[in-house]
Amino acid sequence: MAIDYIYPDYEIIRNNDRCIACRVCERQCSNEAHEYLSDSKKMVSDDAKCVNCHRCVSLCPTRALKIVQSDHTFKINANWDGKSIKEIYKQADSGGVLLSSMGNPENYPVYFDKILINASQVTNPPIDPLREPMETRVFLGPKPDKIERDDKGRIKKNLPPHIMLSMPVMFSAMSYGSISYNAHESLARAARELGILYNTGEGGLHEDLYKYGQNTIVQVASGRFGVHKKYLSSGAAIEIKMGQGAKPGIGGHLPGKKIVGDISKTRMIPEGSDAISPAPHHDIYSIEDLRQLVYSLKEATGYTKPVIVKIAAVHNVSAIASGIARSGADIIAIDGFRGGTGAAPTRIRDHVGIPIELALASVDKRLRDEGIRDNVSIVVGGSIRSSADVVKAVALGADCVYIGTAALIALGCHLCRSCQTGKCNWGIATQREDLVKRLNPNIGYKRLVNLLTAWQHEIKEMMGGMGINSIEALKGNRLMLRGVGLNEKELEILGIKHAGE
Amino acid sequence: MKEGMFRNLSGCAISGIISKSGNRFSGQRIIDSIAVMHDRSNGLGGGFAAYGIYPEYKEYYAFHIFYDNKTAKKESEEFLEEHFDIINLSKIPTQKIPEITDEPLIWRYFVTPLPTKLAESQLDEREFVARCVFRINTAIDGAYIFSSGKNMGVFKAVGFPEDVARFYRLDEYEGYCFTAHGRYPTNTPGWWGGAHPFALLDYSVVHNGEISSYDANRRAIEMYGYKCTLQTDTEVITYIIDYLHRKNKLTLNEICSVIAAPFWSTIENKPQKEREELEFLRYAFASQLITGPFSIIVGFEGGMMALNDRLKLRSMVVGEKDDMVYVASEEAAIRVIQNDLDKVWSPKGGEGVIVLLEKGKI
Repeated sequence: MAIDYIYPDYEIIRNNDRCIACRVCERQCSNEAHEYLSDSKKMVSDDAKCVNCHRCVSLCPTRALKIVQSDHTFKINANWDGKSIKEIYKQADSGGVLLSSMGNPENYPVYFDKILINASQVTNPPIDPLREPMETRVFLGPKPDKIERDDKGRIKKNLPPHIMLSMPVMFSAMSYGSISYNAHESLARAARELGILYNTGEGGLHEDLYKYGQNTIVQVASGRFGVHKKYLSSGAAIEIKMGQGAKPGIGGHLPGKKIVGDISKTRMIPEGSDAISPAPHHDIYSIEDLRQLVYSLKEATGYTKPVIVKIAAVHNVSAIASGIARSGADIIAIDGFRGGTGAAPTRIRDHVGIPIELALASVDKRLRDEGIRDNVSIVVGGSIRSSADVVKAVALGADCVYIGTAALIALGCHLCRSCQTGKCNWGIATQREDLVKRLNPNIGYKRLVNLLTAWQHEIKEMMGGMGINSIEALKGNRLMLRGVGLNEKELEILGIKHAGE
Repeated sequence: MKEGMFRNLSGCAISGIISKSGNRFSGQRIIDSIAVMHDRSNGLGGGFAAYGIYPEYKEYYAFHIFYDNKTAKKESEEFLEEHFDIINLSKIPTQKIPEITDEPLIWRYFVTPLPTKLAESQLDEREFVARCVFRINTAIDGAYIFSSGKNMGVFKAVGFPEDVARFYRLDEYEGYCFTAHGRYPTNTPGWWGGAHPFALLDYSVVHNGEISSYDANRRAIEMYGYKCTLQTDTEVITYIIDYLHRKNKLTLNEICSVIAAPFWSTIENKPQKEREELEFLRYAFASQLITGPFSIIVGFEGGMMALNDRLKLRSMVVGEKDDMVYVASEEAAIRVIQNDLDKVWSPKGGEGVIVLLEKGKI
């Protein structure tokens, strides 16, 4: 009908001189955007079906395809842009909540891009990472209460349950269900090889992946999908998901068509039923309730595993973090408003939550002001895009970062943001067997290893440049950062000086 | 701008002398030593710490205080009278010389905590004294306690160290241990309190270097009740040593394994028991690891310790003769006061040289 016609945002441009009608694009596109017309022996494309995932572009043997932004426009209007208008058409047509995937794409400030890193010169020599030891090992967990000595006066190594990582990066929670088994296997194997951890997300843990338990964080989310005793004991740490950056205040959402076969089995719910996690944990309505769950999990696992509490970055994140630091949790994970997701209501993804840089700076400062920073480690995510973001996050006060979107991009994701359809052409955010098999874990895990090895090398170069050879000397070291193009208030909250000072 | 309002980086010279048998000797020796290293300073700061110089008052805390004006002195003395028994007070004897100008009021008090006040506070004596020192330094404008140990004192000013020594008549003192510092700051300090050494209770630190971990160390140590007002590396190093030694009761060797911790690759090759100790220390005290060049001499009641950063990015030489141990940034500074030495060597990065008085125990 004319009234709800929406012109496609993106157009497929085919160079007909190059196209050899091999039909790879037709076979590969799960959205059926390409078709071979046998009478005219030509390929044609339907822009309306294209999600801009670049699968066909990447596989075309003659580089005959490209995707461009459509230049079909509404009249220029700084207030009512095309996007706002089209969203109203969609809602007037469907009466439904707009649903989106991946992280907030809107034009809010990216503070990491306004922060610069120091280097040592003259008064303090930089250190050469090629020739000198450069250490990126980190531990997550609380400081020991007291020092105990044996009868010879030597210190006993009595450490509380903790995590040891080869570098300050872990793979963030992405549920089995929102992403495929092959994606999970890639993450698990990469974590094992790199000496870091990955996170099951709220979909439970597939039994074939139990063998990577030492490199796994098992998540307990509000829906409690897949949570049983064996599950809790299998991981190196347990994470209670109180919130996530992409959708603060609401629970996870996995559409029924993705709940099939092993997903349904692992989550312990019937096939085809929508898996909608409740907004709060219905046994956690206050901070003291959280404390109770933390200790229940510790009791269930014999106090052998550290407990992480993951929260979304919201306005009073510092006060919440302070409460968590006193609740018996060992690690606090904070997810900023740019965090990714398989599916979330568009309005919540784009308008709720605060940037991780500001949340991190506030939480770190508040915990230090209260003298409790040693009780917990801080992990941040949403969004960490490069090794420079990692260095800045550590200097602001984080012990470690979580990467989600960056890891998926390494596996082939092109950020087309259509995960909620379940037709991911790269085999990542789908459960269709024919699509999942396109992601080969043997290749996928290697790409993740490559990505983080490269980042680790870059982190070492930046550390050496600053005259630091062990990453603990960078943690909270805000004098190593300067802001540029930030106002007084932003500098004050970040706790850094302006470039030139 | 006053010291403490900006971060003043400096290259420097340091020197230390200790008699293991506790024999007291004249301050002239340390002056001769540091004077040789004149070119390592630029005249913008010099200072000394001297141990064993007040034997007749050795049971009392000797507070050395700078006052910008008489009001600061009055307020501080009121505070002291409420919290301490003041046994003796006087100006620190000085002589006017052209090279040292703009001096503040410089006073010395021998005190002991008032028993009722101490009992009320529920603190041990040293913690009580430390907190009073912090109180005066942060709350009373224009007053600064720059030395607060028993039977020891710090003497410092803006000027070349040998001139500072003449100003304070350091050659008239006798002690069993002296350390010295000459400064080459990259900014002009206006205020004497910022000169080195930095001291708290009986710990004094002279430091040559610039630590890259400064802000990480500072933000961690401030959680434990210390306030870093001077923005200098030396201040934070002194607080870290006080925290590890006095509050956590670590031994001096353990302290070296915290602030100049061996690399993980080194730890992995150690025997099991030692490996576990080192792993524990690196985990528990990760925020007290100091990276960046440093060469420090720490004085304390009963001994002296010298330590280099683990990459040995600053010079340090140690010499021994009979019961005397000498540490300096340059060998010439040792030879000039003791030419024939039994032993002379450069310690490895990260390996502390710990000298204890024969009859003392730490």
